[in-house]
Amino acid sequence: MSKKVAAIAVTALSALFALSGCASASVPSSDRTVTVFAAASLTETFGTLERRFEQSHPDVDVRLHFAGSATLAQQLTEGASADVFASANEDVMADVANADLLNGAPKPFATNTLTIAVEPGNPLGITDLDDLARKDVVSVACEPEVPCGDAARALIDRRGLDVGFASEERDVKAVLAKVSIGEADAGLVYVTDTRAAADKVDAVEIANAEDAVSTYPIATLADAPEPELAAEFERYVRGDGGAVLRGAGFGTP
Amino acid sequence: MTAPARSVASGVPRVLWIPAALALALVTLPIAGLLLRTDFARLPALLTSDASLNAVRLSLLTAGLSTVLCVLLGVPLAVVLARSTLPFVRVVRAVVLLPLVLPPVVGGFALLFSLGRRGFLGYVLDVTAGVQVPFTTAAVVIAQTFVAMPFLVISVEGALRAMGDDYERVAATLGARPATVFSRVTCPLLLPALASGVVLSFARALGEFGATITFAGSLEGVTRTLPLEVYAQADADVDSAVALSLLLIVIAIVVIVAARPRAIEGARA
Repeated sequence: MSKKVAAIAVTALSALFALSGCASASVPSSDRTVTVFAAASLTETFGTLERRFEQSHPDVDVRLHFAGSATLAQQLTEGASADVFASANEDVMADVANADLLNGAPKPFATNTLTIAVEPGNPLGITDLDDLARKDVVSVACEPEVPCGDAARALIDRRGLDVGFASEERDVKAVLAKVSIGEADAGLVYVTDTRAAADKVDAVEIANAEDAVSTYPIATLADAPEPELAAEFERYVRGDGGAVLRGAGFGTP
Repeated sequence: MTAPARSVASGVPRVLWIPAALALALVTLPIAGLLLRTDFARLPALLTSDASLNAVRLSLLTAGLSTVLCVLLGVPLAVVLARSTLPFVRVVRAVVLLPLVLPPVVGGFALLFSLGRRGFLGYVLDVTAGVQVPFTTAAVVIAQTFVAMPFLVISVEGALRAMGDDYERVAATLGARPATVFSRVTCPLLLPALASGVVLSFARALGEFGATITFAGSLEGVTRTLPLEVYAQADADVDSAVALSLLLIVIAIVVIVAARPRAIEGARA
């Protein structure tokens, strides 16, 4: 009996050691890593920027972490470790700045406007924001707390529309998904999201979209594990990265 | 031969104490962290905000309805699984238990692609009755029932197997029809297991998150149940999210206290 118990304990302990050994062995020591927290709407462009940056810096591994800007800010203020933060909203960036987590002032690097994502072919004939108030249109948007939802409310309020959203999603990609799988007829997303998903959704322009322009700020973090790489990646996004951003539909300052 | 070792009370080997303490710490320390983070001064205000009250109301309503559905559908299923001698019953049991091991978000996708507007059932419903399930409170109830029902089925089926069918056979030989046997013999014997199954299903339904947010979306007062509200508030107002988490923990403790003895014996049986 006690032999059996001892055997179990030994097995468990050796498994533990094996695990910890594995973890330390799998991290290559020669490579340097720069961790970038980026808003969900930057998924495609920052993916491209990552590849290009890694091509010009073969010893550097760019790690991207995408989520809603507010989620990322929350994670940073709770102590998540990152080198660079790219937010889809200036207020969210200000929260991180107010927590004394930034290295220097955030700088704007891109702008974005909203559009209406609809089913390919636009079978319901949605032509502008007003159609989202139609009873036969199932529409979704982001939560008011996240940048894309904030911008959506601003546009709707300006028109004085009464849009009953069927669901308020946590980030813009979740809104896009609801439209692309056909559960929603219309979703308020960024222009860049419909460009990136052009094979799954069509975009319907909003006439006064420029009334709610989202400005994307970027900053390096005070506790960045790789401060030089962080600064370099930040400069790259605001410099050469601009072409990639414009190609995806962003405006650049 | 005799087996004297059996009569000696077996102590716990000391080597087990360390991992046991670690395991306990893993469960209790995060809860302690949450308690330390709670803003007790604002707790009443946070828990009685419109959004919180809407979430509590919706959660109690949907979890209650799903529990009723679990009983109405799950008990007959458990009886069939425990008593039927048909050859495919073992396969059916495995299928029924699937939601128990499946990640809830996968369950949500499965529901979406069956009952969603593009799903085969959802399409028929939409065309014939003009009913669209996603984004409705009904979708929340369906998602919760989907994940919670196995708890009830396991609980009841386990009890049925443990108690055997002697009483039922006697009743039948005395001339009782199957329906009478079920209502007068089987059901009363099942009550304790049913009670623990009900509590466990209710708890599971109350905690449901992944399937709900995938299949039903998230809208205050319609589909945003307590766990979804915690998720939504995690960015906007952490204190509110923490307060609601605390509320869910209190409910969980009540559930454990209420269901504990039977649930553990049921699991052993």
